[in-house]
Amino acid sequence: MPITMKELALEFDKKNPGITQGHRLCPGCGAPITAKFVLMVAKHLGYDPLVGVATGCLEVSTTIYPYTAWSIPYIHNAFENISATVSGVETASRALKKWGKIPQDKRHAFIAFGGDGGTYDIGLQSLSGAVERGHNFLYVLYDNEGYMNTGNQRSGSTPPGAQTTTAPVGKVIPGKPQLKKNIVEIIAAHENVYAATVSLSDPVDFFNKVEKGLNFQGPAFLAAMSPCVRFWRVPESDTVKIARLAVESNYWPLYEVEKGVYRVTRKPKSFKPVEEFLKSQGRFRPLLSRPDADKIVGELQAYVDARWERLLALEEATKDKPIRK
Amino acid sequence: MAAKGWKEIPIGGTITEAGNAKEVKTGSWRVMRPIHDKNKCTSCMLCWLYCPDQAILQTQGHMDGINYDYCKGCGLCSSVCPAKAIEMKAETEFLE
Amino acid sequence: MVTVAEKMRAKQALTGAEAVAHAMRQIEPHVVAAYPITPQTPIVEYFAQFVADGLVKTEMIPVESEHSAMSAVVGAAASGARAMTATSANGLALMHEVVYITASMRLPVVMPVVNRALSGPINIHCDHSDSMAERDSGWIQLYAENNQEAYELTILAVRLAESEEVRLPVMVCLDGFILSHGVEPLEIYPDDQVKNFVGEVKPYYPLLDTSHPVTYGPIDLYDYYFEHKRQQIEGMKGAKRLFPAIAQEFEKAFGKRYDFVERYRTDDADCVIVALGSTNSTIKYAVDWMREEGQKVGLLKLWTFRPFPKEEIRKALDGKKAVVVLDRAASFGAEAPLYEAVKSSLYNAAHRPAMGSYIYGLGGRDIRPEDIRKAADDALKGELNADEQMYLGLRE
Repeated sequence: MPITMKELALEFDKKNPGITQGHRLCPGCGAPITAKFVLMVAKHLGYDPLVGVATGCLEVSTTIYPYTAWSIPYIHNAFENISATVSGVETASRALKKWGKIPQDKRHAFIAFGGDGGTYDIGLQSLSGAVERGHNFLYVLYDNEGYMNTGNQRSGSTPPGAQTTTAPVGKVIPGKPQLKKNIVEIIAAHENVYAATVSLSDPVDFFNKVEKGLNFQGPAFLAAMSPCVRFWRVPESDTVKIARLAVESNYWPLYEVEKGVYRVTRKPKSFKPVEEFLKSQGRFRPLLSRPDADKIVGELQAYVDARWERLLALEEATKDKPIRK
Repeated sequence: MAAKGWKEIPIGGTITEAGNAKEVKTGSWRVMRPIHDKNKCTSCMLCWLYCPDQAILQTQGHMDGINYDYCKGCGLCSSVCPAKAIEMKAETEFLE
Repeated sequence: MVTVAEKMRAKQALTGAEAVAHAMRQIEPHVVAAYPITPQTPIVEYFAQFVADGLVKTEMIPVESEHSAMSAVVGAAASGARAMTATSANGLALMHEVVYITASMRLPVVMPVVNRALSGPINIHCDHSDSMAERDSGWIQLYAENNQEAYELTILAVRLAESEEVRLPVMVCLDGFILSHGVEPLEIYPDDQVKNFVGEVKPYYPLLDTSHPVTYGPIDLYDYYFEHKRQQIEGMKGAKRLFPAIAQEFEKAFGKRYDFVERYRTDDADCVIVALGSTNSTIKYAVDWMREEGQKVGLLKLWTFRPFPKEEIRKALDGKKAVVVLDRAASFGAEAPLYEAVKSSLYNAAHRPAMGSYIYGLGGRDIRPEDIRKAADDALKGELNADEQMYLGLRE
């Protein structure tokens, strides 16, 4: 039975999920919602969660010394190494169980959170290493498509044409020319892994994938569409609305890859145009006011369509054919 | 919290009081105030689910109102409410 | 009474790398995360074999870089595990960021550093540019003269790092190739004696204790960062205070006496040479040679570079006619690191000696007894210039 919001509401009416009030993330930020979703499911499933967070918004805003917004064990090390750090924690738990220092039946859940900078870019090597080694942990990417903590710089996750301070839309160059890196494919290519996309707009699908990820024997990876109201230039109240548009426009398809087997978890009859997603955010306004906007938007739409066709084909091709046992 | 000397704090920058950020009342940031209308509310729990600041008070799935100690006034609760039971009002309206 | 013959029988011919790996086997840390790099590689190889053969229960993390090695060790140590790694040169430089974090989190990690020249140009041989680059990282630094010391200091370091007054990580520095790959006869102590000496790690705020949740690594701004740094300074002072007691316990357990410094024929010496690492053996040879010729030369060897034993140095060198400091690293635009520190220690000496700074052996360049004699001869002839950088074994 999938976990429902109702169940979680009953369980967490007075119980803290692990992240508390009093954190200093921006009003309307998607990151604490992402963290709350993941931790509620972990606790609901009877896990004792421990978190590691890469340098970024979620990290700085939740642990301004001498305050911590974490009611569960928490470690931050640096920007690029949260996967290696958590792999050390996870390994220590196995070792200490072997030594009899921790009860054998202790069910820790090792959860790493990283923004897109700490995941797509500077933390990719550490993440790849930890996934390749098969540590039993869940990595949750809260993807806000840029270095938002430091004021909106371009990352490997920033979509083409989005206004950032290091790939600005200028008189000559129409902003970032490159498409977003396909991080789920990169992680899925490690084969012995569970990798999926989730969106705040689809909580049941989100909870379900957290459950799968936590129960997966080995590394699991969730890419969560987690809008940044500040630098996506949207009203603070629109976090979920924008995340929903990302899914409804197929900008952010919901799917999972388990040991090479693709499954698309949301297949609507039709999608809204990607342009609608772009138009909803101020960060695309400089791009959209350019004379060549149609061309750039058209290319993005063509990419989104092609990716969808490919996803469906992969689902068909990999059905019941896991690459690892 | 009064600033402590180096002999009075745990070594290594470790914070040993879990969740003590609750002492930080982020409600002071608020510019817009959500007003909960009990008559319209169906206790669907979407506001509770999405509140980034865990500022929705509920008991066993029944919406009790808003915790203004922490509510930063983003209006996400109002935006996701299918019953339009949360109205955002300017904080200036509540100035004494 | 142990006879010399028995003592010799107990000795094995081992490389420094294998000796250190045996120390790690006997310490049996809960977690070892390591990445191979020349000339540290054989340490990891030997240890991996111990793990593969079930000689230790240690969980090994074969990471994809040194940055991740140190990061995983931070995670493991914060969890309450005893965790170790080992590295060299560029690997240490890649770790640099996390080396600081380990010390600032007060995690008592022990890391053998097999000294190798830092790039560039790339070079795989011995000098101290790698560990000198970490001298302000907040780690304790011990330097071994030979394989026996590399083995013993690794064991001793565990107790020093984990002591309540210290809680700081330790680098055990051993010269690349010269020690790591050089075979020497040495004594490996019985496993149970070593285990007994190191005891069990007493974790502080273990992350895995979910009933007492703690936050590691918060953002620490102008209101508390300074206080945390002051605590680190106090930890290093604790290391200075505690080292003699731990060394004494070590002597009781194994019969070998350690101190901050070793004084070799210094009592009546006019000229004292100061150095770190394996070169001390060569210096001892040169000192004996010069002594045979009636020249009053001695050696002051440093076992600890951090904490820096300035009182002990002052005590040993105050009133000497001349002091020659040999550095296996340069500090571009400033005095060589060991020289600078020794010179500064003598600021308050009653009778300041003449001083000379000699850089030698960069990138693995051999240092010969003749080179050392050259420096000592300069000193004895009164030809030292405290402000001039001299070099040994360099082609002009």
